[in-house]
Amino acid sequence: MTRRTLAVNALARVEGEGGMFVQVRDGQVEAVTLDIFEPPRFFEALLRGRDFSEAPDITARICGICPVAYQMSACLAIEDAFGIEVPDEIRLMRRLLYCGEWIESHALHIFFLHAPDFLGFDSGIDMAREHREVVEAALRIKAAGNDLMSVVGGRSVHPVNVKVGGFHRLPTVAELQAIRPRLAAALEDVLAAVPLLAGFEFPDFDQPYLYLALGAGQDYPLEAGRLTTSTGSDMPVAEFGEHVVEEHVEHSNALHARYDGDPYVVGPLARYSLHYDALSPMAKQVAAAAGLSQKCRNPFRSILVRAVELAYALEEAVRVIDDWQGAAAPAIEVPVRAGVGHGATEAPRGLLYHRYRIAEDGSIGEATIVPPTSQNQLAVEGDLRAFVQERLEMPDEQLSYQCETAIRNYDPCISCATHFLDLRVERR
Amino acid sequence: MSTSAPSLAVWKFASCDGCQLSLLNCEKELLAVADAVQIAYFPEATRGYIEGPYDISLVEGSITTGEDARRIQEVRAVSKRVITIGACATSGGIQALRNSADVRDFTEAVYAHPEYISTLERSTPISAHITVDFQLRGCPIDRAQLLEVVAAFVQGRQPRIPTYSVCVECKRRGLTCVAVAKGMACLGPVTQAGCGALCPSFDRGCYGCFGPQDSANTSSLADRLASAGMTSRDIQRLFSTYNVGSQAFGAQAQREQGGAR
Repeated sequence: MTRRTLAVNALARVEGEGGMFVQVRDGQVEAVTLDIFEPPRFFEALLRGRDFSEAPDITARICGICPVAYQMSACLAIEDAFGIEVPDEIRLMRRLLYCGEWIESHALHIFFLHAPDFLGFDSGIDMAREHREVVEAALRIKAAGNDLMSVVGGRSVHPVNVKVGGFHRLPTVAELQAIRPRLAAALEDVLAAVPLLAGFEFPDFDQPYLYLALGAGQDYPLEAGRLTTSTGSDMPVAEFGEHVVEEHVEHSNALHARYDGDPYVVGPLARYSLHYDALSPMAKQVAAAAGLSQKCRNPFRSILVRAVELAYALEEAVRVIDDWQGAAAPAIEVPVRAGVGHGATEAPRGLLYHRYRIAEDGSIGEATIVPPTSQNQLAVEGDLRAFVQERLEMPDEQLSYQCETAIRNYDPCISCATHFLDLRVERR
Repeated sequence: MSTSAPSLAVWKFASCDGCQLSLLNCEKELLAVADAVQIAYFPEATRGYIEGPYDISLVEGSITTGEDARRIQEVRAVSKRVITIGACATSGGIQALRNSADVRDFTEAVYAHPEYISTLERSTPISAHITVDFQLRGCPIDRAQLLEVVAAFVQGRQPRIPTYSVCVECKRRGLTCVAVAKGMACLGPVTQAGCGALCPSFDRGCYGCFGPQDSANTSSLADRLASAGMTSRDIQRLFSTYNVGSQAFGAQAQREQGGAR
């Protein structure tokens, strides 16, 4: 009997603290776990008894990388509970803020967390030694996203301007126009970087994923929409809980989400493969230049899909700014009533679902939050299992390194997932 | 980076990652920082690492598990200087709300199998466990303040971080007082500066994410909020967010809870 163990004790270049453990016995992959030792912070519990108006700011603190996603899903869920919908101009301003988060987060992941794997560097900063121009361009792109968030939201980490019903204050036309040239220039930077990304060597690894993403008709999914799947389902967000069930399992270290009993994937691959048609002509050209077809089932190519979405978000931000006509008021009236509401938006890493039960006095009775990384957890482990099984001949070091890359394909946000994840304090 | 450049390590405990992200968000300065210091340990950004000891350790997050209480001692042992970054590390963060609740109730509310979860009763700041050389406030920290603190430690001088209130920054920006002119609840008078009076510039009251300033008169502000019609419950909520673990804000929240009025 031969036994082989691949372990990465502390995963680098992911948000939060996690490790990976793969065990092979007699040529068969036996155990695969993504260990999470990020401590739990109990957000659902500490939201109970808080006023509904506090939820966007409090839930933002789940994740410093995608706070807007939390603010947006929280607002939608609470507005749903109160039976209101914001007017189009507020929805558009939300979309603009959200574009800023996609730009910042995707630029960070593509160039600083993921590309170093393909180019053989430990970090984006090390990458600058040989690819200074690319790294400088990446920093400009990322800065444009952060600065857009600051214009619309006040700051990029935990923006202060979002509230249930809209915004505290709308940015002025002058403020929006001032950021526009930087966004347009950042789009050029992205387009210039696509050949480099497209030239990476991607393992052959197509997987039969079940995809779940929002669908928003003509618009590429972002700040609102219905639930759509690769099996053809199309339903309101309120039905999320009827299909997605989570189990808390001891040694799997995660609350495993399943869709009608099966593992599934949310995020860029799901959005792109389900809603390619909603991309702009420019974004479709970027996809073609990157060598992508209309569906993508190879998680290693997610870096290319993120580049398509990054270009789209920059173009979309410019479009919203150019079309901006102002709004009657920064926010609509919020009529407080008892009720249950559901909200889902597309965080950079995938669909983020919130559900609140709100009491008559506006206090939160119950909160449920399902972040993208919890939903992708089973798929990550499934990828590792399949990936290792097909590459048993590879030396440990190389295989471990490629497994790390396979995890980073998902841009996992362990800080987000952790208020759900089991805690295993074991630092091997 | 020269080999004599001071080494920098970045550590994470219970937190959202936002404060260490602030370092990566210094887009204009990042490559210059990487030249001035040797980034020796920063797992969010790099898989490479250099063994300690480290000249400067930035610590994000609060202590919420027995394992982390042990790990922070190791961080101290390998660090010449320890700087806490953000509200979690400096006052326990939003997760310190558990300190006034039964953590078992919290666990049962979130997890189907609370027995799998190992956690401490309280979320505590880093300074409750080890000696800290500087505490940088904010939820999140301000990028410019972070650069100032790192620069100061590299140069061996005191960081220039003001300890006066948000009101000073607000007046300096020439903003209209949202509390006086619009009757908004604003924690600006008792909150440490550093954000640039961000919330008032967006037509909302300060919500105290930088924590109490050095001479915060919270009870006087609470009296004023109450006389303007705010309930004890709402005042308690206002003081019970990202810095509820700080002495000044936590004590005021307790007073409101006790039905002081």
